[in-house]
Amino acid sequence: MNSQWETVIGLEIHTQLATKTKIFSGAATAYGAEANTQACAVDLGLPGVLPVLNQEVVTMAIKFGLGIDAEIAPFSVFARKNYFYPDLPKGYQISQMELPIVGLGHMDIEIDGNSKRIGITRAHLEEDAGKSLHEDFHGLSGIDLNRAGTPLLEIVSEPEMSSAKEAVAYMRKIHELVRYLEISDGNMQEGSFRCDANVSVRPVGQTELGTRAELKNINSFKFVEKAINIEIERQIDVIESGGKVVQETRLYDSVNNETRSMRSKEEANDYRYFPDPDLLPVAIDANLKAEIKANLPELPAAKKQRFQTEYNLDPAVAANLTSSRQFADFYEAVVQASKAEIKLCTNWVTGDFIGALNKAGLEIQQTPISAIRLAGLLNCLADKTISGKTAKQVFDYMWHNDQTADEIIVAQGLKQITDSGAIEVIINGIIATNPAQVTQYQSGKTKVFGFFVGQVMKQTQGKANPAEVNKMLKEKLSV
Amino acid sequence: MSLSADDVKKIAHLARIGIDANDIASYAKDLSGMLDLMVQMGELNTDAVAPMSHPLDPWQRLRTDEITEVNQRDKFQTLAAHTEAGLYLVPKVID
Repeated sequence: MNSQWETVIGLEIHTQLATKTKIFSGAATAYGAEANTQACAVDLGLPGVLPVLNQEVVTMAIKFGLGIDAEIAPFSVFARKNYFYPDLPKGYQISQMELPIVGLGHMDIEIDGNSKRIGITRAHLEEDAGKSLHEDFHGLSGIDLNRAGTPLLEIVSEPEMSSAKEAVAYMRKIHELVRYLEISDGNMQEGSFRCDANVSVRPVGQTELGTRAELKNINSFKFVEKAINIEIERQIDVIESGGKVVQETRLYDSVNNETRSMRSKEEANDYRYFPDPDLLPVAIDANLKAEIKANLPELPAAKKQRFQTEYNLDPAVAANLTSSRQFADFYEAVVQASKAEIKLCTNWVTGDFIGALNKAGLEIQQTPISAIRLAGLLNCLADKTISGKTAKQVFDYMWHNDQTADEIIVAQGLKQITDSGAIEVIINGIIATNPAQVTQYQSGKTKVFGFFVGQVMKQTQGKANPAEVNKMLKEKLSV
Repeated sequence: MSLSADDVKKIAHLARIGIDANDIASYAKDLSGMLDLMVQMGELNTDAVAPMSHPLDPWQRLRTDEITEVNQRDKFQTLAAHTEAGLYLVPKVID
Protein backbone atom coordinates (compact mmCIF):
# COMPACT_ATOMS: atom_id res chain seq x y z
CA MET A 1 0.00 0.00 0.00
CA ASN A 2 1.07 3.55 -0.68
CA SER A 3 2.72 4.93 2.44
CA GLN A 4 1.62 8.51 1.71
CA TRP A 5 -1.89 7.62 2.77
CA GLU A 6 -3.26 6.66 6.10
CA THR A 7 -6.50 4.86 6.77
CA VAL A 8 -9.19 5.69 9.30
CA ILE A 9 -11.74 3.02 10.20
CA GLY A 10 -14.71 3.01 12.54
CA LEU A 11 -16.96 -0.01 13.07
CA GLU A 12 -20.62 -0.36 13.89
CA ILE A 13 -21.22 -3.85 15.20
CA HIS A 14 -24.72 -5.25 15.47
CA THR A 15 -24.94 -8.07 17.94
CA GLN A 16 -28.15 -9.97 18.50
CA LEU A 17 -28.95 -10.34 22.18
CA ALA A 18 -29.61 -13.89 23.37
CA THR A 19 -33.03 -13.34 24.92
CA LYS A 20 -35.89 -15.81 24.72
CA THR A 21 -38.29 -13.16 23.47
CA LYS A 22 -38.32 -10.02 21.32
CA ILE A 23 -37.25 -6.63 22.59
CA PHE A 24 -40.80 -5.23 22.69
CA SER A 25 -43.06 -8.30 22.53
CA GLY A 26 -43.45 -11.72 24.10
CA ALA A 27 -42.90 -13.58 20.80
CA ALA A 28 -40.07 -16.14 20.66
CA THR A 29 -36.75 -15.34 18.98
CA ALA A 30 -35.62 -18.91 18.19
CA TYR A 31 -33.67 -19.13 14.94
CA GLY A 32 -34.94 -21.18 12.03
CA ALA A 33 -38.66 -21.33 12.89
CA GLU A 34 -41.22 -21.62 10.10
CA ALA A 35 -41.90 -18.25 8.43
CA ASN A 36 -44.03 -15.78 10.41
CA THR A 37 -44.86 -18.22 13.21
CA GLN A 38 -42.94 -16.01 15.68
CA ALA A 39 -44.33 -12.68 14.52
CA CYS A 40 -47.05 -11.38 16.83
CA ALA A 41 -49.31 -8.34 16.51
CA VAL A 42 -46.63 -6.04 17.98
CA ASP A 43 -43.97 -7.34 15.56
CA LEU A 44 -46.39 -6.92 12.66
CA GLY A 45 -47.04 -3.30 13.64
CA LEU A 46 -50.80 -3.79 13.78
CA PRO A 47 -52.77 -0.73 14.88
CA GLY A 48 -53.52 -0.36 18.58
CA VAL A 49 -50.62 -2.39 19.96
CA LEU A 50 -47.97 -1.02 22.30
CA PRO A 51 -44.35 -2.07 22.77
CA VAL A 52 -43.25 -3.17 26.26
CA LEU A 53 -39.52 -3.33 26.88
CA ASN A 54 -37.91 -6.66 27.79
CA GLN A 55 -36.05 -6.40 31.10
CA GLU A 56 -33.40 -8.90 30.05
CA VAL A 57 -32.41 -6.66 27.13
CA VAL A 58 -31.66 -3.82 29.53
CA THR A 59 -29.66 -6.14 31.80
CA MET A 60 -27.61 -7.42 28.86
CA ALA A 61 -26.84 -3.92 27.60
CA ILE A 62 -25.68 -2.93 31.09
CA LYS A 63 -23.45 -6.03 31.23
CA PHE A 64 -21.85 -4.99 27.97
CA GLY A 65 -21.39 -1.42 29.17
CA LEU A 66 -19.65 -2.64 32.32
CA GLY A 67 -17.50 -4.95 30.18
CA ILE A 68 -16.11 -2.02 28.19
CA ASP A 69 -15.76 0.20 31.24
CA ALA A 70 -18.40 2.60 29.93
CA GLU A 71 -20.78 5.03 31.50
CA ILE A 72 -24.27 3.55 31.88
CA ALA A 73 -26.92 6.19 31.30
CA PRO A 74 -29.04 6.82 34.42
CA PHE A 75 -31.93 7.18 32.03
CA SER A 76 -32.25 6.25 28.43
CA VAL A 77 -34.69 7.08 25.65
CA PHE A 78 -35.99 5.17 22.61
CA ALA A 79 -36.50 6.93 19.29
CA ARG A 80 -38.16 6.15 16.00
CA LYS A 81 -35.93 5.86 12.95
CA ASN A 82 -38.25 6.31 10.01
CA TYR A 83 -37.83 4.60 6.66
CA PHE A 84 -39.95 2.57 4.31
CA TYR A 85 -39.16 -1.01 3.49
CA PRO A 86 -41.50 -4.00 3.29
CA ASP A 87 -39.73 -5.92 6.05
CA LEU A 88 -40.28 -3.01 8.47
CA PRO A 89 -44.05 -3.08 8.92
CA LYS A 90 -44.39 -0.06 11.22
CA GLY A 91 -42.53 2.24 8.82
CA TYR A 92 -40.01 2.94 11.58
CA GLN A 93 -37.46 1.03 13.57
CA ILE A 94 -37.42 1.59 17.32
CA SER A 95 -33.83 2.52 18.10
CA GLN A 96 -31.98 5.04 20.24
CA MET A 97 -30.56 8.39 19.15
CA GLU A 98 -30.12 10.79 22.05
CA LEU A 99 -29.42 9.15 25.43
CA PRO A 100 -28.32 5.64 24.42
CA ILE A 101 -28.08 3.12 27.24
CA VAL A 102 -24.28 2.72 27.04
CA GLY A 103 -22.01 5.76 26.74
CA LEU A 104 -18.30 6.22 26.21
CA GLY A 105 -16.16 3.10 26.82
CA HIS A 106 -13.15 1.37 25.31
CA MET A 107 -11.61 -1.91 24.21
CA ASP A 108 -7.91 -2.74 24.12
CA ILE A 109 -6.61 -4.69 21.15
CA GLU A 110 -3.22 -6.23 20.51
CA ILE A 111 -1.39 -5.64 17.28
CA ASP A 112 2.04 -7.21 16.75
CA GLY A 113 2.55 -7.49 20.50
CA ASN A 114 1.56 -3.86 21.19
CA SER A 115 -1.59 -2.83 22.95
CA LYS A 116 -3.85 -0.17 21.43
CA ARG A 117 -6.94 1.33 23.02
CA ILE A 118 -9.95 1.77 20.75
CA GLY A 119 -12.64 4.14 21.98
CA ILE A 120 -16.26 3.02 21.91
CA THR A 121 -18.53 5.99 21.36
CA ARG A 122 -21.74 4.34 22.46
CA ALA A 123 -23.87 1.21 22.37
CA HIS A 124 -27.60 1.43 21.89
CA LEU A 125 -30.56 -0.90 21.78
CA GLU A 126 -32.77 -1.38 18.77
CA GLU A 127 -35.06 -3.88 17.10
CA ASP A 128 -34.07 -5.90 14.05
CA ALA A 129 -36.16 -5.84 10.85
CA GLY A 130 -37.73 -8.85 9.12
CA LYS A 131 -36.33 -10.68 6.12
CA SER A 132 -37.17 -10.12 2.48
CA LEU A 133 -36.91 -13.07 0.13
CA HIS A 134 -36.55 -12.04 -3.47
CA GLU A 135 -36.79 -15.48 -5.02
CA ASP A 136 -39.50 -15.98 -7.49
CA PHE A 137 -42.90 -15.47 -5.97
CA HIS A 138 -44.56 -14.57 -9.31
CA GLY A 139 -42.56 -11.32 -9.44
CA LEU A 140 -43.38 -10.48 -5.81
CA SER A 141 -41.17 -10.53 -2.72
CA GLY A 142 -41.84 -12.78 0.27
CA ILE A 143 -41.65 -11.27 3.75
CA ASP A 144 -40.80 -13.27 6.88
CA LEU A 145 -41.24 -11.20 10.02
CA ASN A 146 -39.91 -13.75 12.54
CA ARG A 147 -36.76 -11.67 12.94
CA ALA A 148 -38.68 -8.39 13.29
CA GLY A 149 -38.33 -7.13 16.85
CA THR A 150 -35.33 -9.29 17.72
CA PRO A 151 -33.16 -7.27 20.15
CA LEU A 152 -29.91 -5.85 18.82
CA LEU A 153 -27.15 -3.99 20.57
CA GLU A 154 -25.39 -1.66 18.13
CA ILE A 155 -21.83 -0.97 19.25
CA VAL A 156 -20.31 2.11 17.65
CA SER A 157 -16.54 2.61 17.78
CA GLU A 158 -14.59 5.82 17.43
CA PRO A 159 -12.81 6.17 14.06
CA GLU A 160 -9.59 5.02 15.68
CA MET A 161 -8.49 1.96 13.76
CA SER A 162 -5.84 2.49 11.13
CA SER A 163 -5.77 -0.83 9.28
CA ALA A 164 -8.00 -3.73 8.33
CA LYS A 165 -5.96 -5.85 10.72
CA GLU A 166 -6.80 -3.55 13.64
CA ALA A 167 -10.46 -3.58 12.67
CA VAL A 168 -10.51 -7.38 12.71
CA ALA A 169 -8.66 -7.48 16.04
CA TYR A 170 -11.23 -5.10 17.51
CA MET A 171 -14.16 -7.05 16.09
CA ARG A 172 -12.75 -10.30 17.50
CA LYS A 173 -12.36 -8.70 20.94
CA ILE A 174 -15.96 -7.51 20.94
CA HIS A 175 -17.07 -10.95 19.75
CA GLU A 176 -15.09 -12.58 22.56
CA LEU A 177 -16.60 -10.19 25.11
CA VAL A 178 -20.26 -10.67 24.14
CA ARG A 179 -19.78 -14.43 24.29
CA TYR A 180 -18.02 -14.23 27.68
CA LEU A 181 -20.89 -12.14 29.00
CA GLU A 182 -23.31 -14.65 27.45
CA ILE A 183 -25.37 -11.81 26.03
CA SER A 184 -25.09 -13.10 22.45
CA ASP A 185 -24.32 -16.42 20.81
CA GLY A 186 -22.16 -14.46 18.33
CA ASN A 187 -23.19 -16.81 15.54
CA MET A 188 -22.05 -15.07 12.39
CA GLN A 189 -23.60 -17.53 9.92
CA GLU A 190 -27.01 -16.88 11.46
CA GLY A 191 -26.38 -13.13 11.40
CA SER A 192 -26.21 -12.72 15.19
CA PHE A 193 -22.99 -10.74 14.85
CA ARG A 194 -22.41 -8.48 11.85
CA CYS A 195 -20.74 -5.20 11.17
CA ASP A 196 -20.69 -2.05 9.04
CA ALA A 197 -17.30 -0.46 8.45
CA ASN A 198 -16.77 3.25 7.87
CA VAL A 199 -13.59 3.61 5.86
CA SER A 200 -11.74 6.73 4.71
CA VAL A 201 -8.20 7.64 3.69
CA ARG A 202 -6.26 10.88 4.07
CA PRO A 203 -2.73 12.05 3.31
CA VAL A 204 -0.33 11.27 6.14
CA GLY A 205 -0.20 14.23 8.51
CA GLN A 206 -3.64 15.64 7.66
CA THR A 207 -5.81 16.00 10.74
CA GLU A 208 -9.28 16.26 9.25
CA LEU A 209 -10.91 13.04 8.11
CA GLY A 210 -11.31 12.13 4.46
CA THR A 211 -14.73 11.41 2.96
CA ARG A 212 -15.87 8.01 4.14
CA ALA A 213 -17.68 5.14 2.54
CA GLU A 214 -19.79 2.80 4.62
CA LEU A 215 -19.39 -0.92 3.91
CA LYS A 216 -22.61 -2.65 4.90
CA ASN A 217 -23.47 -5.93 6.57
CA ILE A 218 -20.25 -7.87 6.66
CA ASN A 219 -20.66 -11.11 8.56
CA SER A 220 -17.25 -12.76 8.79
CA PHE A 221 -13.86 -11.75 10.14
CA LYS A 222 -12.23 -12.76 6.87
CA PHE A 223 -14.56 -10.60 4.78
CA VAL A 224 -14.12 -7.57 7.05
CA GLU A 225 -10.40 -7.63 6.44
CA LYS A 226 -10.74 -8.19 2.70
CA ALA A 227 -13.54 -5.66 2.24
CA ILE A 228 -11.65 -2.91 4.08
CA ASN A 229 -8.39 -3.56 2.24
CA ILE A 230 -10.04 -3.51 -1.17
CA GLU A 231 -11.95 -0.34 -0.26
CA ILE A 232 -8.75 1.41 0.88
CA GLU A 233 -7.13 0.55 -2.45
CA ARG A 234 -10.16 1.80 -4.34
CA GLN A 235 -10.24 5.13 -2.50
CA ILE A 236 -6.51 5.75 -3.00
CA ASP A 237 -6.90 4.92 -6.71
CA VAL A 238 -9.81 7.35 -7.01
CA ILE A 239 -7.89 10.19 -5.35
CA GLU A 240 -4.60 9.54 -7.11
CA SER A 241 -6.29 9.55 -10.49
CA GLY A 242 -7.69 13.00 -9.73
CA GLY A 243 -11.16 11.96 -8.57
CA LYS A 244 -13.04 12.47 -5.34
CA VAL A 245 -14.35 9.87 -2.92
CA VAL A 246 -18.09 10.34 -2.48
CA GLN A 247 -19.91 9.64 0.74
CA GLU A 248 -21.97 6.54 0.07
CA THR A 249 -22.99 3.10 1.20
CA ARG A 250 -21.18 0.25 -0.51
CA LEU A 251 -21.69 -3.49 -0.52
CA TYR A 252 -18.83 -5.98 -0.39
CA ASP A 253 -19.02 -8.67 -3.05
CA SER A 254 -16.96 -11.57 -1.73
CA VAL A 255 -17.10 -13.50 -4.99
CA ASN A 256 -15.39 -10.78 -7.04
CA ASN A 257 -13.57 -9.25 -4.03
CA GLU A 258 -14.79 -5.74 -4.78
CA THR A 259 -17.03 -3.14 -3.19
CA ARG A 260 -19.99 -1.74 -5.12
CA SER A 261 -21.99 1.42 -4.64
CA MET A 262 -25.38 0.81 -3.05
CA ARG A 263 -26.69 4.33 -2.59
CA SER A 264 -25.08 7.73 -2.41
CA LYS A 265 -25.73 10.40 0.19
CA GLU A 266 -28.08 12.30 -2.15
CA GLU A 267 -30.42 9.33 -2.30
CA ALA A 268 -29.92 8.47 1.36
CA ASN A 269 -32.88 8.45 3.67
CA ASP A 270 -33.51 11.20 6.10
CA TYR A 271 -34.46 9.06 9.05
CA ARG A 272 -36.33 11.81 10.91
CA TYR A 273 -35.48 10.50 14.38
CA PHE A 274 -37.77 11.55 17.19
CA PRO A 275 -38.49 10.15 20.67
CA ASP A 276 -40.97 7.28 20.49
CA PRO A 277 -44.16 8.42 22.24
CA ASP A 278 -45.13 4.77 22.79
CA LEU A 279 -42.22 4.22 25.17
CA LEU A 280 -41.44 6.09 28.35
CA PRO A 281 -37.85 6.86 29.27
CA VAL A 282 -36.05 3.93 30.93
CA ALA A 283 -34.54 4.54 34.36
CA ILE A 284 -31.43 2.53 35.21
CA ASP A 285 -31.46 1.91 38.91
CA ALA A 286 -28.03 2.23 40.57
CA ASN A 287 -28.78 -0.90 42.64
CA LEU A 288 -29.51 -2.92 39.52
CA LYS A 289 -26.25 -1.74 38.00
CA ALA A 290 -24.32 -2.66 41.16
CA GLU A 291 -25.96 -6.07 41.29
CA ILE A 292 -25.10 -6.80 37.64
CA LYS A 293 -21.55 -5.63 38.24
CA ALA A 294 -21.16 -7.93 41.24
CA ASN A 295 -22.26 -10.90 39.16
CA LEU A 296 -20.15 -10.26 36.06
CA PRO A 297 -18.00 -13.23 35.07
CA GLU A 298 -14.23 -12.86 34.92
CA LEU A 299 -13.63 -10.97 31.67
CA PRO A 300 -11.22 -12.08 28.93
CA ALA A 301 -8.44 -9.59 29.68
CA ALA A 302 -8.44 -10.38 33.41
CA LYS A 303 -8.61 -14.11 32.78
CA LYS A 304 -5.71 -13.96 30.33
CA GLN A 305 -3.62 -12.06 32.88
CA ARG A 306 -4.46 -14.55 35.61
CA PHE A 307 -3.63 -17.53 33.36
CA GLN A 308 -0.23 -16.00 32.62
CA THR A 309 0.68 -15.68 36.28
CA GLU A 310 -1.18 -18.64 37.77
CA TYR A 311 -0.15 -21.21 35.14
CA ASN A 312 3.03 -19.51 34.02
CA LEU A 313 1.90 -19.29 30.39
CA ASP A 314 3.22 -17.24 27.48
CA PRO A 315 0.90 -14.36 26.55
CA ALA A 316 0.08 -16.00 23.21
CA VAL A 317 -0.81 -19.33 24.84
CA ALA A 318 -2.87 -17.59 27.52
CA ALA A 319 -4.72 -15.63 24.81
CA ASN A 320 -5.41 -18.84 22.93
CA LEU A 321 -6.73 -20.64 26.03
CA THR A 322 -8.95 -17.74 27.08
CA SER A 323 -10.37 -17.05 23.61
CA SER A 324 -13.67 -18.43 24.85
CA ARG A 325 -15.01 -18.82 28.35
CA GLN A 326 -15.94 -22.46 27.80
CA PHE A 327 -12.49 -23.26 26.52
CA ALA A 328 -10.79 -21.54 29.46
CA ASP A 329 -13.07 -23.43 31.86
CA PHE A 330 -12.19 -26.70 30.15
CA TYR A 331 -8.47 -26.03 30.51
CA GLU A 332 -8.78 -25.12 34.17
CA ALA A 333 -10.86 -28.24 34.83
CA VAL A 334 -8.13 -30.40 33.23
CA VAL A 335 -5.39 -28.72 35.26
CA GLN A 336 -7.35 -29.11 38.48
CA ALA A 337 -8.35 -32.73 37.91
CA SER A 338 -4.95 -33.90 36.74
CA LYS A 339 -1.88 -34.75 38.75
CA ALA A 340 0.27 -34.08 35.70
CA GLU A 341 2.44 -31.00 35.43
CA ILE A 342 0.71 -27.86 34.14
CA LYS A 343 3.02 -27.78 31.13
CA LEU A 344 1.93 -31.27 30.07
CA CYS A 345 -1.75 -30.29 30.46
CA THR A 346 -1.21 -27.09 28.45
CA ASN A 347 0.60 -28.94 25.67
CA TRP A 348 -2.12 -31.55 25.39
CA VAL A 349 -5.05 -29.11 25.52
CA THR A 350 -3.52 -26.68 23.00
CA GLY A 351 -2.06 -29.47 20.86
CA ASP A 352 -3.74 -32.83 20.37
CA PHE A 353 -7.03 -31.79 21.91
CA ILE A 354 -7.59 -28.59 19.86
CA GLY A 355 -6.29 -30.43 16.82
CA ALA A 356 -8.88 -33.18 17.23
CA LEU A 357 -11.70 -30.68 17.85
CA ASN A 358 -10.79 -28.69 14.75
CA LYS A 359 -10.45 -31.82 12.66
CA ALA A 360 -13.91 -32.95 13.72
CA GLY A 361 -15.27 -29.40 13.27
CA LEU A 362 -16.61 -29.35 16.82
CA GLU A 363 -17.06 -26.56 19.33
CA ILE A 364 -15.63 -27.04 22.80
CA GLN A 365 -19.15 -27.64 24.17
CA GLN A 366 -19.43 -30.67 21.86
CA THR A 367 -16.19 -32.33 22.93
CA PRO A 368 -16.49 -36.11 23.15
CA ILE A 369 -13.72 -36.18 25.81
CA SER A 370 -14.60 -34.44 29.06
CA ALA A 371 -11.99 -32.53 31.05
CA ILE A 372 -12.06 -35.30 33.68
CA ARG A 373 -11.38 -38.04 31.13
CA LEU A 374 -8.56 -36.05 29.55
CA ALA A 375 -7.07 -35.44 32.99
CA GLY A 376 -7.20 -39.21 33.59
CA LEU A 377 -5.21 -39.83 30.41
CA LEU A 378 -2.62 -37.22 31.41
CA ASN A 379 -2.29 -38.90 34.82
CA CYS A 380 -1.37 -42.19 33.10
CA LEU A 381 1.19 -40.33 31.05
CA ALA A 382 2.61 -38.48 34.04
CA ASP A 383 3.04 -41.62 36.15
CA LYS A 384 4.64 -43.41 33.16
CA THR A 385 1.90 -46.05 32.86
CA ILE A 386 2.00 -45.30 29.14
CA SER A 387 4.43 -43.57 26.79
CA GLY A 388 3.64 -40.37 24.89
CA LYS A 389 3.12 -42.38 21.74
CA THR A 390 0.68 -44.77 23.41
CA ALA A 391 -1.11 -41.80 24.96
CA LYS A 392 -1.97 -40.51 21.49
CA GLN A 393 -3.32 -43.95 20.63
CA VAL A 394 -5.42 -44.04 23.82
CA PHE A 395 -6.63 -40.50 23.09
CA ASP A 396 -7.92 -41.68 19.70
CA TYR A 397 -9.84 -44.51 21.37
CA MET A 398 -11.26 -42.16 23.96
CA TRP A 399 -12.47 -39.83 21.22
CA HIS A 400 -14.73 -42.58 19.91
CA ASN A 401 -16.07 -44.12 23.12
CA ASP A 402 -16.83 -43.30 26.74
CA GLN A 403 -14.17 -45.40 28.43
CA THR A 404 -11.59 -43.90 30.75
CA ALA A 405 -7.90 -44.03 29.88
CA ASP A 406 -7.35 -46.61 32.63
CA GLU A 407 -10.04 -48.90 31.22
CA ILE A 408 -8.63 -48.67 27.70
CA ILE A 409 -5.07 -49.32 28.88
CA VAL A 410 -6.13 -52.43 30.80
CA ALA A 411 -8.48 -53.74 28.11
CA GLN A 412 -5.91 -53.38 25.35
CA GLY A 413 -2.86 -54.29 27.42
CA LEU A 414 -1.13 -51.01 26.65
CA LYS A 415 0.58 -50.64 29.99
CA GLN A 416 4.16 -49.62 29.48
CA ILE A 417 6.85 -52.09 30.49
CA THR A 418 9.02 -50.22 32.96
CA ASP A 419 10.26 -53.37 34.66
CA SER A 420 13.93 -53.19 33.74
CA GLY A 421 14.35 -56.94 34.39
CA ALA A 422 11.81 -57.80 31.69
CA ILE A 423 13.33 -55.35 29.24
CA GLU A 424 16.80 -56.67 29.98
CA VAL A 425 15.79 -60.24 29.07
CA ILE A 426 14.46 -59.04 25.72
CA ILE A 427 17.56 -56.94 25.00
CA ASN A 428 19.87 -59.83 25.85
CA GLY A 429 17.96 -62.01 23.40
CA ILE A 430 18.20 -59.45 20.60
CA ILE A 431 21.93 -58.92 21.13
CA ALA A 432 22.50 -62.68 21.06
CA THR A 433 20.61 -63.22 17.79
CA ASN A 434 22.07 -60.24 15.91
CA PRO A 435 25.87 -60.49 16.26
CA ALA A 436 26.53 -58.75 12.92
CA GLN A 437 24.70 -55.55 13.99
CA VAL A 438 26.43 -55.63 17.37
CA THR A 439 29.82 -55.70 15.63
CA GLN A 440 28.77 -52.83 13.34
CA TYR A 441 27.70 -50.71 16.29
CA GLN A 442 30.83 -51.43 18.22
CA SER A 443 33.00 -50.54 15.22
CA GLY A 444 31.49 -47.04 15.28
CA LYS A 445 28.46 -47.37 12.99
CA THR A 446 26.15 -46.03 15.69
CA LYS A 447 23.30 -45.53 13.24
CA VAL A 448 22.47 -49.19 13.72
CA PHE A 449 21.30 -48.28 17.25
CA GLY A 450 17.88 -47.53 15.81
CA PHE A 451 17.66 -51.12 14.61
CA PHE A 452 18.01 -52.39 18.20
CA VAL A 453 15.40 -49.96 19.52
CA GLY A 454 13.07 -51.06 16.74
CA GLN A 455 13.58 -54.73 17.62
CA VAL A 456 12.81 -54.12 21.30
CA MET A 457 9.66 -52.16 20.45
CA LYS A 458 8.60 -54.87 18.02
CA GLN A 459 8.94 -57.59 20.63
CA THR A 460 7.18 -55.53 23.31
CA GLN A 461 4.52 -54.24 20.88
CA GLY A 462 5.70 -50.72 21.59
CA LYS A 463 5.07 -50.96 25.30
CA ALA A 464 8.62 -50.71 26.56
CA ASN A 465 9.47 -47.39 28.17
CA PRO A 466 11.59 -45.71 25.45
CA ALA A 467 13.88 -43.91 27.87
CA GLU A 468 14.55 -47.13 29.76
CA VAL A 469 15.23 -49.02 26.49
CA ASN A 470 17.69 -46.39 25.26
CA LYS A 471 19.57 -46.33 28.51
CA MET A 472 19.81 -50.08 28.82
CA LEU A 473 20.75 -50.70 25.16
CA LYS A 474 23.58 -48.18 25.43
CA GLU A 475 24.92 -49.96 28.49
CA LYS A 476 24.67 -53.40 26.93
CA LEU A 477 26.19 -52.45 23.58
CA SER A 478 29.13 -50.51 24.91
CA VAL A 479 32.25 -52.60 25.03
CA MET B 1 -39.43 30.20 6.20
CA SER B 2 -41.08 29.44 2.93
CA LEU B 3 -41.27 26.00 1.34
CA SER B 4 -41.27 25.61 -2.42
CA ALA B 5 -43.53 23.31 -4.38
CA ASP B 6 -40.53 21.00 -4.87
CA ASP B 7 -39.94 20.83 -1.11
CA VAL B 8 -43.53 19.76 -0.60
CA LYS B 9 -43.22 17.07 -3.28
CA LYS B 10 -40.04 15.78 -1.66
CA ILE B 11 -41.61 15.68 1.80
CA ALA B 12 -44.63 13.84 0.41
CA HIS B 13 -42.35 11.33 -1.26
CA LEU B 14 -40.39 10.75 1.98
CA ALA B 15 -43.64 10.19 3.85
CA ARG B 16 -44.99 8.03 1.00
CA ILE B 17 -48.09 10.21 0.82
CA GLY B 18 -49.83 10.77 -2.51
CA ILE B 19 -50.96 14.41 -2.82
CA ASP B 20 -53.10 16.22 -5.33
CA ALA B 21 -51.06 18.68 -7.43
CA ASN B 22 -53.78 21.31 -6.86
CA ASP B 23 -53.19 21.16 -3.10
CA ILE B 24 -49.44 21.76 -3.21
CA ALA B 25 -49.69 25.51 -2.78
CA SER B 26 -51.87 25.24 0.31
CA TYR B 27 -49.64 22.53 1.82
CA ALA B 28 -46.64 24.78 1.22
CA LYS B 29 -48.38 27.60 3.05
CA ASP B 30 -49.47 25.43 6.02
CA LEU B 31 -46.14 23.70 6.42
CA SER B 32 -44.27 27.00 6.13
CA GLY B 33 -46.46 28.37 8.92
CA MET B 34 -45.55 25.41 11.13
CA LEU B 35 -41.88 25.92 10.45
CA ASP B 36 -42.26 29.61 11.28
CA LEU B 37 -43.69 28.60 14.63
CA MET B 38 -40.62 26.39 15.19
CA VAL B 39 -38.37 29.33 14.37
CA GLN B 40 -40.32 31.47 16.84
CA MET B 41 -39.94 28.82 19.55
CA GLY B 42 -36.26 28.57 18.72
CA GLU B 43 -35.84 32.15 19.80
CA LEU B 44 -36.73 31.27 23.40
CA ASN B 45 -33.88 30.83 25.83
CA THR B 46 -34.04 27.19 26.88
CA ASP B 47 -30.58 26.93 28.47
CA ALA B 48 -32.03 26.03 31.85
CA VAL B 49 -34.72 23.71 30.46
CA ALA B 50 -34.02 19.95 30.33
CA PRO B 51 -35.11 18.43 27.02
CA MET B 52 -38.39 16.57 27.36
CA SER B 53 -38.43 13.12 25.84
CA HIS B 54 -41.96 12.28 26.89
CA PRO B 55 -44.94 14.32 28.09
CA LEU B 56 -45.71 11.81 30.85
CA ASP B 57 -43.70 11.58 34.05
CA PRO B 58 -43.51 7.86 34.89
CA TRP B 59 -40.63 5.61 33.87
CA GLN B 60 -40.98 2.75 31.45
CA ARG B 61 -42.14 -0.50 33.04
CA LEU B 62 -40.29 -3.59 31.94
CA ARG B 63 -41.56 -7.10 31.33
CA THR B 64 -39.83 -10.40 32.15
CA ASP B 65 -38.25 -12.33 29.31
CA GLU B 66 -40.95 -14.96 28.96
CA ILE B 67 -42.72 -16.16 25.85
CA THR B 68 -46.33 -14.99 26.08
CA GLU B 69 -47.29 -14.98 22.41
CA VAL B 70 -48.57 -18.03 20.58
CA ASN B 71 -48.44 -18.61 16.86
CA GLN B 72 -51.43 -16.87 15.25
CA ARG B 73 -50.07 -16.76 11.75
CA ASP B 74 -53.17 -18.07 10.03
CA LYS B 75 -55.33 -15.49 11.74
CA PHE B 76 -52.97 -12.60 10.92
CA GLN B 77 -52.59 -13.70 7.34
CA THR B 78 -56.29 -13.39 6.65
CA LEU B 79 -55.60 -9.62 6.75
CA ALA B 80 -52.95 -9.78 4.03
CA ALA B 81 -53.67 -9.32 0.34
CA HIS B 82 -51.26 -12.08 -0.73
CA THR B 83 -49.53 -14.87 1.18
CA GLU B 84 -47.66 -17.96 0.10
CA ALA B 85 -45.71 -20.63 2.01
CA GLY B 86 -46.29 -18.68 5.22
CA LEU B 87 -44.79 -15.50 3.74
CA TYR B 88 -46.48 -12.15 3.20
CA LEU B 89 -46.12 -11.26 -0.48
CA VAL B 90 -45.46 -7.66 -1.47
CA PRO B 91 -44.43 -5.84 -4.65
CA LYS B 92 -40.78 -6.48 -5.33
CA VAL B 93 -38.45 -3.88 -3.82
CA ILE B 94 -34.73 -4.36 -4.20
CA ASP B 95 -32.62 -1.76 -2.48
